[in-house]
Amino acid sequence: MSSKVALTGNEALAQAMRQINPDVVAAYPITPQTAMVQTFSQFVADGEVDTEYVTVESEHSAMSATVGASAAGSRAMTATAANGLALMWEILYIASGTRLPIVMPVVNRALSGPINIHCDHSDAMGARDSGWIQLYAENAQEAYDNAIQAIRISEHKDVLLPTMVNLDGFITSHAVESLEILADEDVKEFVGEYQPENYLLNADNPIAIGPLDLQDFYFEHKMQQAVAMGDAKQVILDIAKEYKELTAREYGFFESYKLDDAEVAIVALNSTAGTAKAAVNNLREAGVKAGLLKIRVYRPFPAEEIADALKDIKAVAVLDRAESFSTNGGPVFADIRSVLYDIKANVEVVDYIYGLGGRDIKVEEIESIFNDLQEIIKTGQVENRITHFGVRQ
Amino acid sequence: MKLKEAAKTSERFTGGHRLCSGCVAGPVTNLIMRASKNPAVVGAATGCLEVSSSIYPYTAWKDSFIHNAFENSAATVSGVEAAYRSLKKQGKMEEDFDFIAFGGDGGTYDIGFQSLSGAMERGHDMVYVCYDNGAYMNTGIQRSSATPKGANTTTSPAGKVIAGKQQYRKELTDIMAAHNIPYVAQISPFKPQELMKAAQKAFETKGPAFLNVLATCPRGWRSRAEKGIELTKVAADTCVWPMFEIENGEWKLLYKPRKKKPVEEWLRQQGRFKHLFKRGNEHIIEDIQEHTDKRWNYILERCGERQ
Repeated sequence: MSSKVALTGNEALAQAMRQINPDVVAAYPITPQTAMVQTFSQFVADGEVDTEYVTVESEHSAMSATVGASAAGSRAMTATAANGLALMWEILYIASGTRLPIVMPVVNRALSGPINIHCDHSDAMGARDSGWIQLYAENAQEAYDNAIQAIRISEHKDVLLPTMVNLDGFITSHAVESLEILADEDVKEFVGEYQPENYLLNADNPIAIGPLDLQDFYFEHKMQQAVAMGDAKQVILDIAKEYKELTAREYGFFESYKLDDAEVAIVALNSTAGTAKAAVNNLREAGVKAGLLKIRVYRPFPAEEIADALKDIKAVAVLDRAESFSTNGGPVFADIRSVLYDIKANVEVVDYIYGLGGRDIKVEEIESIFNDLQEIIKTGQVENRITHFGVRQ
Repeated sequence: MKLKEAAKTSERFTGGHRLCSGCVAGPVTNLIMRASKNPAVVGAATGCLEVSSSIYPYTAWKDSFIHNAFENSAATVSGVEAAYRSLKKQGKMEEDFDFIAFGGDGGTYDIGFQSLSGAMERGHDMVYVCYDNGAYMNTGIQRSSATPKGANTTTSPAGKVIAGKQQYRKELTDIMAAHNIPYVAQISPFKPQELMKAAQKAFETKGPAFLNVLATCPRGWRSRAEKGIELTKVAADTCVWPMFEIENGEWKLLYKPRKKKPVEEWLRQQGRFKHLFKRGNEHIIEDIQEHTDKRWNYILERCGERQ
């Protein structure tokens, strides 16, 4: 039996963590994630979970202790945002390279400097190549659902990779939304007992984790990691199917919103997708064939599936909430454009870098982006391949 | 620990590792592991001990071993220990374990200092062992905050105008004692039974324990390989490395030389101090002597010994 509740995104994630009941959580507070770990600490203090909560002195130690706890053979989680994620950077690669199924909510926030505590995706986008699975969520419901599915995805024997569960700072983490949370026993049953094959706390079969891996083996281990990331795709779909049976909520690699007959489309992640849906609705009423592709699974990147979904669109705008400073557009743009090149699709793709440091994006602004796309179709000309949207000149 | 008792313990850090000839980190590790009475999870910071003892697909450790990174062996082992407490509390495991984190002075005094302080403050039931060879030896003898004053290292070279490292070493043992953890010891391997006894105490302590062990590095100290253990005795006899423990706040001296020797005896046997004996550098040796005396008197006072 699920129940309808009004929670902030942070509270929803703290509830997910309570229901998952990890053996160890090692976390450090950082805005805008703080309420999540505070709420969870209260569950620990009230004996509502079996978790040992390690109040580490930094995010570097948060990820380090989580790696230790996971390698020990326990189910271990942490959570962070922005600079906290940046401080973990070194150990992110060690967590994935060691094939530890850690699940970590990341409340997306702009990276310093200058310091800014509000939403953008510069934190998670920088970690896109760290070997973590990355899930994104439009709202608190999706973030909650992703967290629970992430445990199963990460721990699957064909995967054994860590997962970041992303949600937008403040917009999703602090706004109160109405969502359905599962019954505790349903989550317990869905995630199951964690039973690792090899782990440190096994005196009968001691193992060495993290040895020096030189020219003769490192490459093979990296290859295995790449294969696992590829195999994660099917696992993600299988777990989503199972989750749908439990919740009637459907998840895939991405959500196609009014995309089938669309001529112009936007690609977006996280909460902006909700705003974009409103824009699509308005334009549809005005007779414009507008659509949205909302990415849920960004790593592994569902390249073929996205290419297939966008192949008949005439003009696509990618919304990137991160500046990669490549001078060639944002990270999502680079990925999307690359897959469309592969299938030789006759589609123009443009990039809108927007919303950095928490700057709002409104429905009418997204409508104006759709207007730009229509103009591209009409003229056959792309005036600006990359636009820094809404920035003062 | 009695020699007979020590001889009965089993070897858990095996031969075949790739530490240099004469490296004292090896025997220190061997002796400490022998003092553990439970299966253990060993963590090691990136460094000589780590790169020499666990090269895939081999390991010199008979116990479970984890290497994570350079600056986080304390945080990593604290995570392992938290997992153990959680699983035990939930009735998912029965067995007792010891938890040990090893780090060199680089991984302990410097880059891993915050992680160590955090783990000690949180009170994890673990033993942290620093094998202090007084520089970043694994990367080729760069100075650390444990490098003694005057030492010639590759980042504090003895040059025409600067005579090696300019600063005195950081007294990390005291800093660990200031964490008010139940057991802290600064020891040396020339007294193997004392070392094992301290390690045994550390393992038996409920809560965090810290061992700072002097470990000769013949490459970095520019000393003879066969003199490794002997040099740690010279360090104790010249009082540059006093041996003491702090058990529940009580300071106790573990070794008092019959006759305190001048620091020159310590300095002269190591090539890293060679330049100090050049004309014009006499004052540096005098400074080192003065500093050593002051420190020794402080230790005597803290331990309630007569000066």
